[in-house]
Amino acid sequence: MAFVSSGYNPDKPMENRITDIGPRHFEEFYPPVIKANKGKWLYHEILEPGVLVHVSETGDEVYTVRVGGARLMSITHIREMCDIADKHCGGYLRFTTRNNVEFMVDSKDKVEALKQDLASRKFPGGSYKFPIGGTGAGVTNIVHTQGWVHCHTPATDASGPVKATMDALFKDFQDMRLPAQLRISLACCLNMCGAVHCSDIAILGFHRKPPMIDHEYVSKNCEIPLAVAACPTSAIKPSKQVLADGTEVKSVAVNNDRCMYCGNCYTMCPSMPLADTEGDGIVIMVGGKVSNRISPPKFSKVVVSFLPNEAPRWKSTTDTISRIVEAYANDARKYERVGDWAERIGWERFFDKCELEFTHHLIDDFRDHAYYTWRQTTQFKF
Amino acid sequence: MAKHETPMLDELESGPWPSFVSDMKQEAEARAKNVNNVEYQIPVDVVDDLLGVLELSYKHGRTHWKHGGIVGVFGYGGGVIGRYCDQPQEFPGVAHFHTVRVAQPAGKYYTSEYLRQIMDVWDLRGSGLTNMHGSTGDIVLLGTRTEQLEEIFYDLTHKYNTDLGGSGSNLRTPADCLGTSRCEYSCYDTNALCHFLTNEFQDELHRPAFPYKFKFKFDGCPNCCVASLARSDMAFIGTWKDDIRIDQEAVQAYIGGEIPPNGGAHAGRDWGKFDIQKEVIDLCPTGCMWMDGNELKINNKECTRCMHCINAMPRALRIGEDTGCSILVGAKAPILDGQQMGSLLVPFVEVNPDNDYEAIINYIDKIWDWWMMEGKNRERLGETIRRLSFQKLLEACDMEADVRHVAYPRENPYIFWKEEEVPGGWDRDVKEFRKYHQR
Repeated sequence: MAFVSSGYNPDKPMENRITDIGPRHFEEFYPPVIKANKGKWLYHEILEPGVLVHVSETGDEVYTVRVGGARLMSITHIREMCDIADKHCGGYLRFTTRNNVEFMVDSKDKVEALKQDLASRKFPGGSYKFPIGGTGAGVTNIVHTQGWVHCHTPATDASGPVKATMDALFKDFQDMRLPAQLRISLACCLNMCGAVHCSDIAILGFHRKPPMIDHEYVSKNCEIPLAVAACPTSAIKPSKQVLADGTEVKSVAVNNDRCMYCGNCYTMCPSMPLADTEGDGIVIMVGGKVSNRISPPKFSKVVVSFLPNEAPRWKSTTDTISRIVEAYANDARKYERVGDWAERIGWERFFDKCELEFTHHLIDDFRDHAYYTWRQTTQFKF
Repeated sequence: MAKHETPMLDELESGPWPSFVSDMKQEAEARAKNVNNVEYQIPVDVVDDLLGVLELSYKHGRTHWKHGGIVGVFGYGGGVIGRYCDQPQEFPGVAHFHTVRVAQPAGKYYTSEYLRQIMDVWDLRGSGLTNMHGSTGDIVLLGTRTEQLEEIFYDLTHKYNTDLGGSGSNLRTPADCLGTSRCEYSCYDTNALCHFLTNEFQDELHRPAFPYKFKFKFDGCPNCCVASLARSDMAFIGTWKDDIRIDQEAVQAYIGGEIPPNGGAHAGRDWGKFDIQKEVIDLCPTGCMWMDGNELKINNKECTRCMHCINAMPRALRIGEDTGCSILVGAKAPILDGQQMGSLLVPFVEVNPDNDYEAIINYIDKIWDWWMMEGKNRERLGETIRRLSFQKLLEACDMEADVRHVAYPRENPYIFWKEEEVPGGWDRDVKEFRKYHQR
């Protein structure tokens, strides 16, 4: 392959350099019906799962067909989306915060052909390329992180567990039978690039073993004071170590009893890896929300302390999630989110109904906040 | 014929949900065939090797990516995440596999023309794999080699008028909901504010000068579809001060079952006839609604704008007209000291493009000045506030305390009085005291 220059001259990096221009202006990308009716929308309605109409005070309407997508997408796949947008939508499309793709048309008679086109496209393995759904009181796409595809600290994969979970819940992506919307998120380690801590159901990758220490390399690869300072529980201290050949080296020591496996030291010091086949796995959290609707936003609560990484289909994880979703669907009241439901029936009932075991791992013991989570009343259910 | 056997990944090709494995295989095949005769600038089999190393991770239950090295483009301290494989001999195509974060347009609207242009750059100079989009909101171009970084940046800036996004201890790429562009709930133009502030603070976005990362997110209403109050250091959430607009005829249409409640969101099950008392009035968290004969009444003074009634009856109820936004500060995920929700700092501020959002910029400037002075290395704004107190933040922002700042008043009386608040101050004459109080 021959090198193809963009025009950049490495000998004169500042020559014709353009910087700090930001993103392209959004108005370049508005479909005409959006541009003409911005700020004038009166109401919307979900006509069927995945299909919305928004009606403007001008009388204009925009019909949106929402489809799910794996966040990890190839350019071949995106070019196919562009073809669909060209064919049906005047060359416009948009993405949602939750990795869905929206195709918009300006009249109802264009919807059917668009839907049929989207629904007809499948990968050779049989999965839909553009499944229609993800609206209303159902399960929409899972927001997630990189996992084993691209990250150095994950305790689980992201794309795989998400694919397996969405397969298990696919019916609810294309239906609106639940009491309210159900938002699922996945973060592949405690760093939570995906900020899953306020989700109805959160799938969280978690390490369970303190870091190994590559003593020979700590002082070569790391700033020891930074590694020490990185620990939120002060479990790391500087130490001197004698290698097998008798050489004395500067390194660190970890108080394993204090470690909560956050991996923050590993982020600062690559000579402290903590990934482990048996140690790593998944924590399930439930009951969080970000909407202010009816009740204030809530953090998710840990209800399953550990499930193993069962690649490639993470069966224990998807079974547990399916059980929680069914219990919620059967028992919650209309408009009640998972967290609202759990609080109304009480967590003791939540564990019963979801057939989950309560263990000592689920009682908070991290810092001052823990106390406020214990039960300080005689009100409880037998 | 696939370069690597991937029996475990192959199991993720079945089932209805879009298979990322099938998509990766499709890209691997497209590169091998190369029908457009692209002069690939990184190894042709990059996707094959990514499938191979991912299969190895599935087998081991552990990642095979090393820490990022310091890579990037000249003059920027962010926008590129360095990544190297820890098995480069077996998977040379992904030995370097750096990520490029590209600034997404506000609202994530695209033309196919523009998307194809970005895809063409990535076909030539990268792996052909992307995330649309990353968690923060960027277009994420997944996997290229160091020598392509300047070329990609040059192509993006010169040909496509597009910049890189943020990474590291700087302003991260701001992100918004679609706002007034297609939502009747939106109280301000999120796309415009997001775009303006992104451009206003390009230096803060590209050159790390902060104690740690800093995120802006823009939600048009309290439904918070982009989760601003859970994950941004400053969340700008649309709200209004005046009355909810009521269309009484439409209220009757909901009661009469002519319009499905909640925009049709519950159509998948028979929940019975819509009951406005049970489904709207009784669920109002402040109990500020009632029926007066056939008229729905709202005591707007008591309304806390939770959005439930509006969500439940979007054709009958609309947000008010005196709109602006609330600013909540300090949200973050658990690392390091535990998760934090955004705390209300500014109950209401105007969102005024005509004076370049002066009132909002004023708060941003004051918060950054304070945090850059007081924040420790790797300390998010929310943690600085917790360490130094909400009162200190108020002082930094020249703001008076307001009961809206708290969920409830403090439960301990350990008040730190300021010396000037107590008559006479701290310096006292102990000898004078002893005249009346023996030792």
